[in-house]
Amino acid sequence: MITPLTRHQMAWRAAQDLADGAYVNLGLGMPVLAANYAPAEREIFYHSENGVLGVGPVAPPGQGDPELVDAGSQMVTLRDGASIFDSAASFAMIRGGHLDLTILGAFQVAANGDLANWDALSADKGPLIGGAMDLAMGAKAVHVIMRHTTRRGAARLVTECSYPVTARGVVSRVYTDLAVLDIDQGRLVVREIIPGLGHDELAAATDAPLTFGPDCRELTAPDLAGGI
Amino acid sequence: MINKVVGDPAAAMAGIHAGASIMISGFGNAGIPGTLVRALGAMNLTGLTLIMNAIRRIDECDPSLFDNRRVDHVITTAFRGPDAAPASYERQWKRGEMTLDILPQGTFAERIRAGGAGIPAFYTPTATGTSLVEGREQRDFNGRTCVLEEALTADFALLRAQKADRYGNLYFRGTQANFGSAMATAAQTTIVEVDEISETGLRPEEVHLPGIYVQRVLRAPRRH
Repeated sequence: MITPLTRHQMAWRAAQDLADGAYVNLGLGMPVLAANYAPAEREIFYHSENGVLGVGPVAPPGQGDPELVDAGSQMVTLRDGASIFDSAASFAMIRGGHLDLTILGAFQVAANGDLANWDALSADKGPLIGGAMDLAMGAKAVHVIMRHTTRRGAARLVTECSYPVTARGVVSRVYTDLAVLDIDQGRLVVREIIPGLGHDELAAATDAPLTFGPDCRELTAPDLAGGI
Repeated sequence: MINKVVGDPAAAMAGIHAGASIMISGFGNAGIPGTLVRALGAMNLTGLTLIMNAIRRIDECDPSLFDNRRVDHVITTAFRGPDAAPASYERQWKRGEMTLDILPQGTFAERIRAGGAGIPAFYTPTATGTSLVEGREQRDFNGRTCVLEEALTADFALLRAQKADRYGNLYFRGTQANFGSAMATAAQTTIVEVDEISETGLRPEEVHLPGIYVQRVLRAPRRH
């Protein structure tokens, strides 16, 4: 039986690649879950674009400060060595190329690294950009966590994005519920695939050509609380 | 003698007129000047331009601003209501009753910073390759395409801080500063609500925003 990764397992897998000493911005949704799963021995500084470097865990119930929040508007704590600054300084940090990595959610990623994650083309809702375009353009590396296909089964990894693009040619790694892929010179290279899923089945769920790396491994993750 | 402290919201908001452009600080619930926003709603002014990071936070403070059609133009990075059903401002925009400039958050912050710093325009790589820059002036620097962005200023800025003194010096708590530091520099008149007025004056080392950028301070402890 083939079991796709849960949201928490995808976040766990992405977290295993966070390097000791890295400065990292985690986007809303699945990416921010990764902070829960980074190996404990690694010191990682999480940046929040509203002006924090060194975001700690969410504050315990009743103990949060409403004037101390992260970019998801959650009341948070700060880690040792944290600092606080204003938004213009925070985006200078982003745009200036000082963050090692951002992990973002996406509607689509193209084989050339184009990212689409800001405009869902909803008929009666307004647009929301937030910090996505600056992060995608400014961070040294952009990784994406997203399900491999939409709820209706359409591929999210595509030859060309049909959703409005956030930034061009920026994504270098994608974590899905089926695979881990690198984007290398316009090719999607599969590094890991979940047990039991055939290469042809993964290709059928992808709307761009796949290359399977010679060292392609099994994608496994521990059982984690948090359901699907 | 300098004393920028005012006694009530009406005095704080004096002079805000129909058609004014108003920057409002805040990210999440941090640094939102709720008392000043509610005072603005009570003034029943029309034709306002509001400049803020996320419109939903201002709607949560005072829905009358949008329900009663006080706002003609919005400059923001997040123009999406929290619910599946469209909010009043989303419906007004779809009907063409309100115009919208939607910006990347860093470009938004930097346009305001530039406005307060005497920089009329700058180039940034953010948003190049997207629908936002179609037809706009672009130029390559060191092999990287950038788009020209102009400075953003306003008639008024509304901020929240933790502490002020009579000179208008501000101390921010937590992540209160967010867009407020830049907005204060980019507005003709900056109005700040604070939890505390320091009678002895802030120590120079704890001044996050110098009083030169602040015209009025109102004591308005946060409502939890």
